[in-house]
Amino acid sequence: MKKLMITAVAISALGAGVAMADGVVAPGDVKFEDGAVAMSLTGVPGDPSKASELMDRKFGNCIACHQISALDLPFPGEIGPPLDGAGSRWTEAQLRGIVSNAKMTFEDSMMPAFYKTEGYIRPGVAFTSKAPEGPLDPLLTAQQVEDVVAFLMTLKE
Amino acid sequence: GLALPVLADEEADLVVNGDLKMVTHAPAPAHLDGALSEVISGWVFRSDETQALQMDDFDNPGMVFVDKAMEVWNTVDGSEGKSCASCHNDPAESMKGVRAVYPKWNETANEVRTIAAQVNDCRENRMGAKPWKYEGDDMAEMEALIALQSRGMTVNVAIDGPVQSTWEQGKEIYYTRYGQLELSCANCHENNYGNMIRADHLSQGQINGFPAYRLKNTKLNTVHDRFKGCIRDTRAVPFKPGGPEFTALELYVASRGNGLSVEGPSVRN
Ligand code: HEC
Ligand code: HEC
Ligand code: HEC
Repeated sequence: MKKLMITAVAISALGAGVAMADGVVAPGDVKFEDGAVAMSLTGVPGDPSKASELMDRKFGNCIACHQISALDLPFPGEIGPPLDGAGSRWTEAQLRGIVSNAKMTFEDSMMPAFYKTEGYIRPGVAFTSKAPEGPLDPLLTAQQVEDVVAFLMTLKE
Repeated sequence: GLALPVLADEEADLVVNGDLKMVTHAPAPAHLDGALSEVISGWVFRSDETQALQMDDFDNPGMVFVDKAMEVWNTVDGSEGKSCASCHNDPAESMKGVRAVYPKWNETANEVRTIAAQVNDCRENRMGAKPWKYEGDDMAEMEALIALQSRGMTVNVAIDGPVQSTWEQGKEIYYTRYGQLELSCANCHENNYGNMIRADHLSQGQINGFPAYRLKNTKLNTVHDRFKGCIRDTRAVPFKPGGPEFTALELYVASRGNGLSVEGPSVRN
């Protein structure tokens, strides 16, 4: 029994080792605790100056649903709450969890999961209407999630 | 919780050509109990300028295509030497009320038919002509001619009897969260109508105004073409226009508009 358990631990450690070969946590390996993700997805601190681009149409398109006063992006949507002050309302771990997969924090949230690659119905490659031939990329890379989270942490009340 | 929808033009009235008054707000049909209390035409959510284009047939860019379709109506095509007029005479009489009740059960074929499916059936099996592309221009234009004959009449699509299982299938599709963005029709058009999604003012996604002339692509657009675009925008693979899934979805979405006026051809951005 004990030996079996050790083997199981060894295998899962190996699994994690593979996923983290480049220091990046793979989408399937992200550990959520009450919706929050404590560990950085990359180990590299996020760069908040990237947010303006990452929250615009080409990447996360957060602006489609949220108003963000600190960024000069036109026509913010009003599906979700304004993100002003998010860094005071939430911890870094909670924000990492919300951006990675908001459904772990808000049940049935309309907000897309930005760091997830599986479990979709009829997924297509971006807006091509074509089915993917291999695995999908997450909507944001691990480092882009860290960059967005670093920016959200600067939004204080 | 989300903010309650605030409608920009809640008070605006749609009166076409100064005398044809449209019902743009109606009590929701019973099958929407708990989902919506009121159903609202997509016209209400458009800008003042776009709204105005639909208020006068001289300004409505969709009307040119109705004239075009009227010529096709009278033109012989196919191996049987017939035109639409050979069997249906004057569309003002034969097609009056048709738009308001489709999609509809066809007893002989034992299936739910959209107007487009019926038109292609007439072309293939009664005229010996080639079917039109389901969501192509010829079809959209003929649909505009047919819709016009019911303009102002109340949408009243049957949901029970032989169509019920198809209707249920359409409902399931409506609430399924497709694609990598995991969004359903309901996420945008039931829970967020009246809200802005970036620069777009979300409507209830009703189809009483179809076919719709869009300023964006300067042509008439069919229902299935719109469905295709909305599903593509969830980063998903849409269903095939004219296929069983979109036919079921059209029946379901049409029934969500029971009580509104037939508006086609409408004008949208
Ligand atoms: C399609 C709509 C949509 C998109 C796109 C979207 N969100 Fe959200 N977001 C929501 C909604 C709705 C909520 C409110 C929670 C709920 O009820 O689901 C929310 C909540 C949040 C919250 C918590 C809000 C607070 O301060 O209390 C944060 C932080 C957040 N989103 C960040 C982002 C970021 C960052 C992006 C882009 C990378 C993004 N969202 C993209 C819809 C969206
Ligand atoms: C040779 C005769 C014939 C020709 C030609 C013909 N149709 Fe028909 N059409 C019919 C018949 C018969 C029906 C009833 C079909 C049924 O109920 O199964 C019908 C039904 C329809 C309906 C449904 C009407 C309703 O009340 O439900 C539409 C719409 C229609 N046709 C459009 C057209 C168009 C457009 C054309 C030309 C492109 C055309 N038809 C050409 C015989 C014809
Ligand atoms: C991500 C948001 C989103 C989703 C999901 C979505 N739509 Fe849309 N839809 C839009 C936008 C934006 C428009 C253009 C503005 C408007 O009319 O609402 C639109 C327009 C429409 C229209 C045209 C309405 C009119 O009056 O011209 C129809 C019909 C429609 N959608 C149906 C659907 C159906 C059915 C589904 C699900 C298969 C769906 N939509 C999913 C965003 C969405």
